[in-house]
Amino acid sequence: MGLFAELKSSISRATSSLFAEDGEPKRIGIYGPPNAGKTTLANRIARDWTGDAIGPESHIPHETRRARRKENVEIERNGRTVSIDIVDTPGVTTKVDYQEFLEHDMEKEEAVRRSREATEGVAEAMHWLREDVDGVIYVLDSSTDPFTQVNTMLIGIIESRDLPVLILANKTDLEGSDVTQISNAFPQHETIPLSALEGENMDEVYDKIAEYFA
Amino acid sequence: MPEIEHEDGVQIDLISGQRMSGKTSMEKIRMILDGVRQGNIVVLEKGLTPDEESKLIEVTMTEINPDDFTGIEIESFPRSETQDSSLLGRLMGRQESSKLTVIGPANQIQSLHKDETLISALISRR
Repeated sequence: MGLFAELKSSISRATSSLFAEDGEPKRIGIYGPPNAGKTTLANRIARDWTGDAIGPESHIPHETRRARRKENVEIERNGRTVSIDIVDTPGVTTKVDYQEFLEHDMEKEEAVRRSREATEGVAEAMHWLREDVDGVIYVLDSSTDPFTQVNTMLIGIIESRDLPVLILANKTDLEGSDVTQISNAFPQHETIPLSALEGENMDEVYDKIAEYFA
Repeated sequence: MPEIEHEDGVQIDLISGQRMSGKTSMEKIRMILDGVRQGNIVVLEKGLTPDEESKLIEVTMTEINPDDFTGIEIESFPRSETQDSSLLGRLMGRQESSKLTVIGPANQIQSLHKDETLISALISRR
């Protein structure tokens, strides 16, 4: 980005922040690799504060193939109310092979359709990240290796846009969970452990959402 | 990029920072994906900026099709810890993107591992 384009973008961000209406919700994107538990977390937050879910959860990768937004989620912390729009995004990857879906008992036609939708979803997620979110909740499966190029690139992209980012080490209910591994991978950011599935440590997650995105 | 005739070998293109320096983001991405879609391994001396990496993922997704392209594998060395990554630094043009980056077709790269000083790729022929 050129000097003037970046200057214009920074001024635009600063002025929109200064003159935003009180209570106007920030759009918070839930990002991360496939199968990190993003939709489980989005549903947990939405159910806790609105009573509704956002989308279906599945162990099959790329179950979420469209960004889904839940508007005006009001989170109450310490006497204050934080209003956010939650954007649940498809898991980001650099490759999609329809043959992987065949392992989940799908016919070829269904697998090809699903892979095509998955690629469109990832492209959409990247576009949201560049244009349409005010902050990011980055979700990682704490039982898997976080030192992947996709994670490194995405955190780099988020940092380059000066977006506030909260890193969540999800799936602490699993036997192989290692939260330290996540915090070591991204020492420049705070890491919050949780199990979105079991609802463990959600109080701290909500405290941090209020702190980072209010 | 000149195409080298090969029947069952793997072509590796080492692209200097100088060659990429005058190109726009989309020209760089096009050059990378054209090479990778021909089955080549592309090594960038100076890598891409975060914004370019974001667009590379997006364009890669739009080009995946079940018949001949399943996407890319990519690895790069971490950015220098000493880079000036502040907003002022970037406004002053000091954003550092220098980082050796290896990109290849996902269906040919059997494994791609890295540590802080080594990227190791196992590549199959087409």
